[in-house]
Amino acid sequence: MTNAISEIEGMEVIFIIGSNTKETHPVIANRMIKAYRKGAKIIVADPRLIPMVKFADMHLRIRPGSDIALVNGMARVIVDEGLLNKEFIREKTEGFEAWKASLEPFTPEYVERLTGVPREDVARAARIYGSSRRGGIFYTMGITQHTCGTDNVTALANLVSLTGNIGRPSTGINPLRGQNNVQGASDAACLPNVYPGYQKVDDPEVQKKFELAWGRPLSPAVGMTSTIMMNAATDGKIKALYIMGENPVITDPNMHHTVKALESLDFLVVQDIFLTDTARLAEVVLPAACSFEKNGTFTNTERKVQRVRKAVNPPGEAKDDLWILSEISRRLGYEMEAEPEKVFDEYSKLWPALSGMSYLRIDRHGLNWPCPSPEHPGTPYLYKDGFPKGKVPFISVAYQLPAEVCDDQYPFVLTTGRNLFQYHSGSMTRRVEQIEAHAGEPYVEINPSDSENLGIRNGDTITVRSRRGEISIKARVTLRVSEGTVFIPMHYREAAANVITNDAFDPHVKIPELKVCAVNIIPSAVSAV
Amino acid sequence: MVKITIDGRPIEVTESTTILQAAKLLNISIPTLCHHPKLTPFGGCRLCIVEVKGMPKPVTACTTTVSNGMEVTTYSPYLEELRKTVLELILSDHPNDCMVCEQAGSCKLQDLAYDYGIRENRYEGERRIYPNRDGNPFIERDLEKCILCGRCVKVCDEVQGVEAIDFGYRGFRSKICTNYEEDLECEFCGQCVSVCPTGALTGKQWKKKGRKGGQVEVETTCPYCGTGCNITAHVKENEILKITSKEQTWNEGWLCVKGRFGYRFVQSPERLKRPLIKRNGKFEEASWDEALDHVARRLSEIKEKHGADSIGGLSSARCTNEENYAFQKLIRAGIGTNNVDHCARL
Repeated sequence: MTNAISEIEGMEVIFIIGSNTKETHPVIANRMIKAYRKGAKIIVADPRLIPMVKFADMHLRIRPGSDIALVNGMARVIVDEGLLNKEFIREKTEGFEAWKASLEPFTPEYVERLTGVPREDVARAARIYGSSRRGGIFYTMGITQHTCGTDNVTALANLVSLTGNIGRPSTGINPLRGQNNVQGASDAACLPNVYPGYQKVDDPEVQKKFELAWGRPLSPAVGMTSTIMMNAATDGKIKALYIMGENPVITDPNMHHTVKALESLDFLVVQDIFLTDTARLAEVVLPAACSFEKNGTFTNTERKVQRVRKAVNPPGEAKDDLWILSEISRRLGYEMEAEPEKVFDEYSKLWPALSGMSYLRIDRHGLNWPCPSPEHPGTPYLYKDGFPKGKVPFISVAYQLPAEVCDDQYPFVLTTGRNLFQYHSGSMTRRVEQIEAHAGEPYVEINPSDSENLGIRNGDTITVRSRRGEISIKARVTLRVSEGTVFIPMHYREAAANVITNDAFDPHVKIPELKVCAVNIIPSAVSAV
Repeated sequence: MVKITIDGRPIEVTESTTILQAAKLLNISIPTLCHHPKLTPFGGCRLCIVEVKGMPKPVTACTTTVSNGMEVTTYSPYLEELRKTVLELILSDHPNDCMVCEQAGSCKLQDLAYDYGIRENRYEGERRIYPNRDGNPFIERDLEKCILCGRCVKVCDEVQGVEAIDFGYRGFRSKICTNYEEDLECEFCGQCVSVCPTGALTGKQWKKKGRKGGQVEVETTCPYCGTGCNITAHVKENEILKITSKEQTWNEGWLCVKGRFGYRFVQSPERLKRPLIKRNGKFEEASWDEALDHVARRLSEIKEKHGADSIGGLSSARCTNEENYAFQKLIRAGIGTNNVDHCARL
């Protein structure tokens, strides 16, 4: 996020696109509701009738995968009606004219045809966001989990540059991170192309710095992303995988492919708190401590580094991950620190944005990075003093179809996501009996007119089939999804959405297209009786 | 800005300030029950009554805004007698079963009864009797303990935007109702539980797990989504009894169903307790030394035979910064490849 979460309540316009905020980030939604109570206008762009719509001035019910058309269409209205921020464009951006020309095809008619949103609504949304100079954009995987995910984000960034809605309190662009420490895992460089703090592995200067710090020669070659590693495992190029606290069998697209990839390995070691579906495939399973059983820090979606404190002891002989990592490392002839605070100090020295932090300073209230010196108060919102690379470029993005589109054989669009009660692969929440009692059953959301056409009643078990596989699952007939679209929450291993999803991915950042694939719905024989 | 005096002490505040807020600035505490600083004022319980010079009757400090020259008295024998009467009336329709109540020790009504020394009650009479029959797995609703302060109704509407509950009926029959008086059907964020001043709303999960005494509070960060709410784990004998969040945290004490009620996976019998090594297709328990040696040996063999780039590591967005830093350092410096990633894309 470029803004702090607390700044949300000061926003004048909140544009939520591809984020089911009230179910996936409920406490951030509370801040949005607070802003709404103070008069903020909320625009929701989402194929589904998500709970946040209750507070929205407008719900733009777009077709899955048509985000670029919507955003470019809004940009064109802002340009045509002169709502653009000329001063910001002149001083802080470049490439405006060429980009402006690229908007030419996105006429109201064309945008309406691609998105399914009436042209007047696109224009009105553009006016609401474009007239504000204290607007915030919010998105999650609904924007990124597409083959055009990077372009989706670029389109939104263009909208920000066009209006200058950035670099001030309560004004910015805010991806909401879906997991407790996904920000921190990225910062700490569990990424194939960078060292901690996004310092590039293929920059010789940077490489030298880390070789000196870690006392080992380092590889200058950019590594593989998780999606590429899975393909490489199938091809025999990756022979061994060390998986710590992840469950790709459930979370990765095209489950059969993932299982095959993991089974082709010579060696798989999984370190987790439960025997997950991924751990079952391992040669060695190492029992780990959960976050209530160890000390450390998490970095939340607003870049705030906060303390994690040990409340209870791990069960049996389970150990915290840091100890396990240092023991393996020692056996490989490389000594590493295992005391959390010392590791934090080592890490923060290597990245200027963290170098002003310590456990003592973070203590109760945390600090938002960048925090470059021990006196620095942290940075709630980014780009107050301009942008790190100077001017921000406008980058043209063209509309493109999803990797898989509907046809006679697979006439429905499947989109996936989370629900309020469960979390990700479910390895934690599905072991909470109260949550299971309330929301323990997988389901597929289907529009009443579709269910009626197919003779499906609420609660019937039906088959959802794609080119990659099929699952049996209970139908939930609801107006939350539009005609022609079905939704399956990702959490349930017994009817795993990722058996069916498409593993086609974005060419730039390798995010799979989990938000759109083509499926067929087959009423089961039982329900037809 | 307006100038007022409270108990003879002058203060200057903005026009929209309530007497209660102004008193707080002077560190004068006025007893309250229905008031909650994060919710709009209600004026329902009448405990915060104060005298204002020139006004014929006492007024509620939580709903009355200041005006220039106002002279406020917060304590007098007359006010204290009225407050005691209010409490006696509330307690006359309350089970007064503090001996077995989950909230004993953290109950605002109990604290006030203690402050005002109420043991005998002049107003004994009919009590509202309600059967408990709510099937939801998260929230215990004991309407007999409800004092109708309305905090739960307000938090559900104003903060959560859900409106799952509201006041129903009139007079003595008034109660907090769900839609059509069915089981509670809501988001189960438990915000209502966190603001309830009595034992009317509690978590089913922490029933009979022990009251305030002997618990250790550990301040930590929620393990679920990326919001990073600050939570307090209440721990006794190596067990998490409940999760709460304090009002002064940046998340203002608000949590969601997963953060507040989703912690029991920690004690799940399915937790892994010993290292496992698969032999002939079956997992066998192993010692740490055995397992760690095995991992190191296999990784070294594969590195020797196929090179470091034939090894990859997937780290976790669930783990700490320190663990993620150490993981990529192990893969990069210990093994010698940049094949390291995590689940940011999923």
